Amino acid sequence: MKSLVLGAVLTVLVLAAALLSFAWTPGDVTSVDIPARLQPPSVQHLLGTDHLGRDMLSMIMTGARTSLAVALVAVGIGMGLGVPLGLAAAARQGGWLDETIMRFNDLVFAFPSLVIAILVTALLGPGAINAILAIGIFNIPVFARLTRGAALPLWHREFILAARTAGKSALRISVEHILPNTTNLLIVQGTIQFSLGILAEAGLSYVGLGAQPPIPSWGRMLADAQTMVALAPHVAIIPGTAIVLTVLGLNLLGDGLRDRLDPRLQGRAA
Amino acid sequence: MMGYLARRLVSLALSLVVASAVIFLVVEVAPGDPASFMLGMNAQSDTVAALRSELGLDLPPVQRYLAWIGGMMTGDFGVSYTYRAPVAQMVAERVQVSLPLALLALGLAVVIALPAGIVAATHRGKAADLGVVGATQLGVAIPNFWFAMLLVLLFALKLRWFSAGGFPGWSDPVMALKSLTLPAVALALPQAAILARVLRSSLIDILSEDFMRTARAKGLSRRQTLWRHGLRAALIPVLTILGLQFSFLLAGAIIIEQVFFLPGLGRLIFQAITQRDLIVVESVTMLLVFAVIAVNFLTDLAYVAADPRLRR
Amino acid sequence: MSSSGLKYPGGEPQAGGQRPPLLALDHLSLRIHDTPILHDVTLGLAAGEILALTGESGSGKSMTAFATMGLLPKGARPQGRIALHGTDLLSETEAQMSARRGRDIGMVFQEPMTALNPFHRIGDQVAETIRIHQKTSRGEANRQAAETLARTGLDPAKIPPSRYPHELSGGQRQRVVIAMAIALKPKLLIADEPTTALDVTTQAQILDLLHGLVRSDGMAMLLITHDLAVVAQHADRIAVMKTGRIVETGPTAQVLAERKHPYTRALLEASAHQPHLTPKAPGAPLLVAKDVVRSYPGRRAGLKRGAPARAVDGVSLTVASGERVGLVGESGCGKSTLTRAILGLEPVQGGSITLGGQPVGSKGTRRQMQAVFQDPYGSFNPRHRVGKLVSEPFHLTGVAPETAIAEALAEVGLAPEDAQRHIHAFSGGQRQRIAIARALIIRPELVIFDEAVSALDVRVRARILDLIAELTNRHGLASLFISHDLGVVRGITDRVMVMRAGKIVEQGPTASVFDNPQHWYTKLLLDAAPKLPPLSGGGDTDAGWPHAR
Repeated sequence: MKSLVLGAVLTVLVLAAALLSFAWTPGDVTSVDIPARLQPPSVQHLLGTDHLGRDMLSMIMTGARTSLAVALVAVGIGMGLGVPLGLAAAARQGGWLDETIMRFNDLVFAFPSLVIAILVTALLGPGAINAILAIGIFNIPVFARLTRGAALPLWHREFILAARTAGKSALRISVEHILPNTTNLLIVQGTIQFSLGILAEAGLSYVGLGAQPPIPSWGRMLADAQTMVALAPHVAIIPGTAIVLTVLGLNLLGDGLRDRLDPRLQGRAA
Repeated sequence: MMGYLARRLVSLALSLVVASAVIFLVVEVAPGDPASFMLGMNAQSDTVAALRSELGLDLPPVQRYLAWIGGMMTGDFGVSYTYRAPVAQMVAERVQVSLPLALLALGLAVVIALPAGIVAATHRGKAADLGVVGATQLGVAIPNFWFAMLLVLLFALKLRWFSAGGFPGWSDPVMALKSLTLPAVALALPQAAILARVLRSSLIDILSEDFMRTARAKGLSRRQTLWRHGLRAALIPVLTILGLQFSFLLAGAIIIEQVFFLPGLGRLIFQAITQRDLIVVESVTMLLVFAVIAVNFLTDLAYVAADPRLRR
Repeated sequence: MSSSGLKYPGGEPQAGGQRPPLLALDHLSLRIHDTPILHDVTLGLAAGEILALTGESGSGKSMTAFATMGLLPKGARPQGRIALHGTDLLSETEAQMSARRGRDIGMVFQEPMTALNPFHRIGDQVAETIRIHQKTSRGEANRQAAETLARTGLDPAKIPPSRYPHELSGGQRQRVVIAMAIALKPKLLIADEPTTALDVTTQAQILDLLHGLVRSDGMAMLLITHDLAVVAQHADRIAVMKTGRIVETGPTAQVLAERKHPYTRALLEASAHQPHLTPKAPGAPLLVAKDVVRSYPGRRAGLKRGAPARAVDGVSLTVASGERVGLVGESGCGKSTLTRAILGLEPVQGGSITLGGQPVGSKGTRRQMQAVFQDPYGSFNPRHRVGKLVSEPFHLTGVAPETAIAEALAEVGLAPEDAQRHIHAFSGGQRQRIAIARALIIRPELVIFDEAVSALDVRVRARILDLIAELTNRHGLASLFISHDLGVVRGITDRVMVMRAGKIVEQGPTASVFDNPQHWYTKLLLDAAPKLPPLSGGGDTDAGWPHAR
């Protein structure tokens, strides 16, 4: 319960910062002010300034936008394609469709994911869109496998037998009975993949393959901070802390939701 | 048992073939011609054409693919466009950094995770458990490259116990190990957190198994039951995660090598990409894929060794 | 009443005699967290005696056993005394209890499939009991373990101690569990529903084995079972539990004959209950199966597959309209596969199944055939309300009218308002009523009952059987009643088929098959089923076939 609340608070805070940055930021993230570079946190700049004199708080807020957007769309791709594939594989367990989908999954898992992400973004050009694609592709088998795994035992449950006896089609049973009974798992895994996406985006941006300047991103801020870390530790500490808090928030939210939505616990509450 | 392994072997071999085709295709459709890149902006078109034919780039794609694969089979990874050196030789040099780094990190992760997971599972809900759970939450949330930067800040720049980066080579093993210590710690932390979590939850599941109760009914104490009956069963999911995490370890190593300026495979692949040294990109990526698939097969072997139910 | 004096060496003990009891529970109460589980349980067990502790699920009989073993779950707080040879076990330290378990008290569990460690050889698991308690060399412990396994009927030539549990059947695994429990010849053996998970023929063998071992080694046994017929055949004394209290104890024959306590009486009557079926002449053939074959691809051996396994091997059967037919057989005989093929849920590799002339699985047959399944907790999508669940078959014809839902619920003894509630608000018996309402709502001609009462306690089962009998009488329904439980099938069917290894080995009118079986397998099944003695002084005395489980 505690982790659910803490996770929700952290997540909402990051989300709010990202949304607020569309309308207002304390400073301008595009204005360079070299004389004011690498200032420690002060009243004027709550989180200090970076190596180009930009307001760190504003950079963090705008960077949240990039992180969340990339990770969210990547999860969307993974769920949008993975869940139907998993449902189809489970509905045709042991058939050629199931085999094909599972072999495709094995194949994607065989690739060191970030290596391929690096390869794709490097060769097709760095940028937010390619980062989303690279991360999203690896979410597909995660969701396909999870959905199939959750759906298979359901297909042997008696309420599915009853629905089949009643003459319902596999598609209708998948949508009406199977999917609603897997949503808890999907929500939990969704938050986990979301947080992994944020870490992956930060990693890609750090090596220069994510969102390109002038779009601020947390990973890029860390890359810029690397050579300044001895002079002004705050330029490295602040973006990293932002990443940790966001990922932590999402993980706590996921854990909290899992405890809350666990059908075994639910039965007890009823 | 042989049947199971044979089937896995066929499926893994198939993965390798498909993976090689995908890598070849991605590199093929990528914009940027290595020959023009090597000769610079002002090169004459016929000079470029000559270089292309020298590099074999004018051959049809299928032929080049087969030549590449055939070469890999015999240990010939091709010749770097940029350095005109055999790729195999370049890889061999870089592996001396990357492999010890990965193994060091893996060992460290296991050494941290095993006791943490066991203590947490056996003291469920108590202070020790909450401490481990909190630490693992933090551990999986910290990007390893940022953790690496913090390590540099503290141990290299402030305390000056370690150097901030670079690799002196294996001629001085102590210095070499010392320069790999901080990178290995940075890599190991998130891995340890994940392993400890998996071990904790699998042990908690195992502790409620019927056969654990049977063991207690024979007169084994809680501790004996855990060591003789629980741990082996609980380590199987950990094995799975170890296998799966290996590819993340590789990816992490590539980024960590950037932080510490280590001349490993990661830096090699980045240099090759910026220089359009496609044959290096292809071969190194293929090598990494092969490593992941090989590790997965080893995981399968370990399963069979650990679980008698698979031996038929 | 028991013939065990001849059957089991060692003879009868003086049940509950003058000797100080081996085990004495004295005002044992138990709470788990804040839930009271046991109240003032007082029991005595003499050396060499078999005491049956019986009652319905949730009565606290298993918790009594775990309290005696000192293996209660976390948060459990026992009070009172559990004395073994006069020593209070509740005041012993964990180390002292560990030294007793396996040496002084052995335990056999309900689920043989999960009770053994899948990673260790069976011989090593038995030897472990010996090596924990005695300073024996590994070789000597292994030798003793092999001996004990042989005593439990596992012939070392066929099932050597080097086997792993997954290579054994359920009955064989239970023998290994028993070997672990008796390896050191403890004074007290606790058997917690030792045969509930097993088939009837295996059950008889395991019970005989336990009984024989207890008598020949002079052990006392606390036998926990819900099955009064098992009690009648094997126990010297009986203790009946209800909601955490002992309601009646006494010598088995006396308790079963006198039935003084109303709860004991109700349990016995429910166990022997036969629903009332009005005799009917069967009509035209409705369900016709001809030479049905259902085979599965063979086990993979390397990259090749073995020969396909035939789960259903050339079965032909007919259910006439209005006829009530039973299909009995043990697990793995193919009855579940056949059921799924009849429901059109699985393809067949040979033969044909038609309903009213149409092949099953087509839309026309869906409307005519419905099913009620075994698990009252798994038969419903937990996310839907009862009204929606009950009207599911109506998707074939459109939306279910409110009146039809109310009527269907009323017919199974539920209120129309129940349609608005979620399924988790209902007990197991009520859920089976809802499942029956769902099956009947579109007025099918045939209802398949697939182990429909197997998961229910005896008293609930008796009421559900009455309901099924009443509904088939009233609507002239044909039914196919699939069960492993001979007693259930006997009361609710006109005709019965016996299935073994994918084939129907015998069929005929229920009474004649049960009274005068022809096939050796039918005889074996009937012989293996434990029997209640005929009841005297009660209402219906037709107790020839109580439930057999």
